Amino acid sequence: MTGPALTARLGILLAWSAALGAAAFLLAPLVVIAAASFSPTPVFDLPFDGASLRWYARIGRLDGFWPALSLSLQVAAVSTGIALVLGTLAAIAIARGRLPFSGTLGTVLVSPLMMPGLVLGIALLQYFRAIGLDLPLAALLLAHLIITLPYVARTMIAGLSRFDFTLIEAARTLGCTFPGAVVKVMVPALAPAFLTAGLFSFLASFDNYPVSIFLTDVRTKTLPIKMLQYIEEAPDPTLAALSTLILIATVILLIASDRLVGLHRMAGTGQ
Amino acid sequence: MSDRALPAPATPAMKPAPDRERRLALLIAAPAVLVLVGLFALPLVKLLAASLTDATGLTLTHYAKLLGTSYYLGVIWNSLRLALVTTLIALAIGYPAAFAIARARGWVRSALLASLFLPLAASVIVKAFAWTILLRSDGLVNTVLVGIGIIDEPIRMIFTETALFVGSVNIFLPFMILPIYTVVAQFDGRLTEAAATLGAGPLEAFVKVVVPLTLPGVIAGVALVFSLSVSAYVVPTLLIGERYPTLSTTIAKAYLLARQPEFGAAAGVVLLAIAIAVVALSTRLGRTGGKA
Repeated sequence: MTGPALTARLGILLAWSAALGAAAFLLAPLVVIAAASFSPTPVFDLPFDGASLRWYARIGRLDGFWPALSLSLQVAAVSTGIALVLGTLAAIAIARGRLPFSGTLGTVLVSPLMMPGLVLGIALLQYFRAIGLDLPLAALLLAHLIITLPYVARTMIAGLSRFDFTLIEAARTLGCTFPGAVVKVMVPALAPAFLTAGLFSFLASFDNYPVSIFLTDVRTKTLPIKMLQYIEEAPDPTLAALSTLILIATVILLIASDRLVGLHRMAGTGQ
Repeated sequence: MSDRALPAPATPAMKPAPDRERRLALLIAAPAVLVLVGLFALPLVKLLAASLTDATGLTLTHYAKLLGTSYYLGVIWNSLRLALVTTLIALAIGYPAAFAIARARGWVRSALLASLFLPLAASVIVKAFAWTILLRSDGLVNTVLVGIGIIDEPIRMIFTETALFVGSVNIFLPFMILPIYTVVAQFDGRLTEAAATLGAGPLEAFVKVVVPLTLPGVIAGVALVFSLSVSAYVVPTLLIGERYPTLSTTIAKAYLLARQPEFGAAAGVVLLAIAIAVVALSTRLGRTGGKA
């Protein structure tokens, strides 16, 4: 083999080792959690003999986990829903470019993403106190709206930048009503971005710890807060079992998204 | 679900006066802008104001304490070092990995992308918790290392910087790979072939053609990973704890334990300034890099 060909081969070999190594490294903690959830003993001794489902049976009896899970699901669903409406509308206004400073507006809408979560959390804590907002649920919902909105804005602005608005007019010329044209032309073209935006903002809200920790009280705790508290106090495989169930739900969501949109396209719009 | 994407009559096909269209655009952008002002801009202004006050009025004491005591300078350095190490390791692994993923086809590509998305979708707390299991002295990593004879007896890994960096890279690596992958996937493979035809060796073609073209992705990845890891909270809390105080853990302590919100606010402003500086610098580099 000649020198240049060898260099090229080595480069490809390096790239593949990095990719496979990265995949194994990234999946390792998930595999460990799944394995630990079947541990027969309260300590995570891997490997172990004889899988047990006792920790799965215990999930339902954990103190305060169901309310936390249900609160997290509600907050994530409501904030994502509102963010999808507001973010998509703003993205359309920005993409049409009829707004003054529409480029700047797009940047500003996305900027909370780059913001340290903890800083946003303390800023909101002080702000809500100053304006006298004393309802943990409302505070959480509002906070999660500012967590989810940038995801929607970023993804929808990217998706819309590739959408040709004259297609709607073309459909009108061909006899579609305006709502008909929107449903037949715009909705299918934007559905992948919309789905990606919804998925990512739901997960961002569902997993948020650094903002939520400042806005919860003894009775209003989201799942991540409850989980971290549990880990610090008395970790046992129950948490691994619960995480495994959430992980399975996430895998199902990702498979469905892959079928509907394709992970490849999501990697594009997600970024 | 997609009904919500309906843009209503935002894009009338009957060519209205530009005035009317601009009013409509303002109208549909207004709710998002209001949310942004009310829940982002105003709270930040309030935070900045809090960081500059104490019982007697305007003051710089919180910043003086933060930037004038060696302990807190160490805290700031800890945050920066965590971000620097994480970013460099993630770049070293992520850059070549992005190329292989972009070259892959079919189920291999899907599987590799899934290995990025799945951890991204899993809880940070759960992943950090998994590393505490893996890195314990009787954990799997030690068992394997002793088993294959690399080390004689278990080494202490949990609550060390090694654990912190391993966990941090693990959690933020996808944010490095994805932007680079996006750039590489769009990239025309014929460019390197053309370079080769013109007499460039693979290494020369890589340095002169591939690296400059992938620079926007690299800059985006570096900015993301740096700004995320500089403000990480769960990872240092679970993997190293008290012995590695960072700006994030200091802020949380000031608010949740010490009841010193003004000092916490000052630490928050410093952390925010670092994040903004990184983003601004990368935007600037991205712009000049794009021109070159």
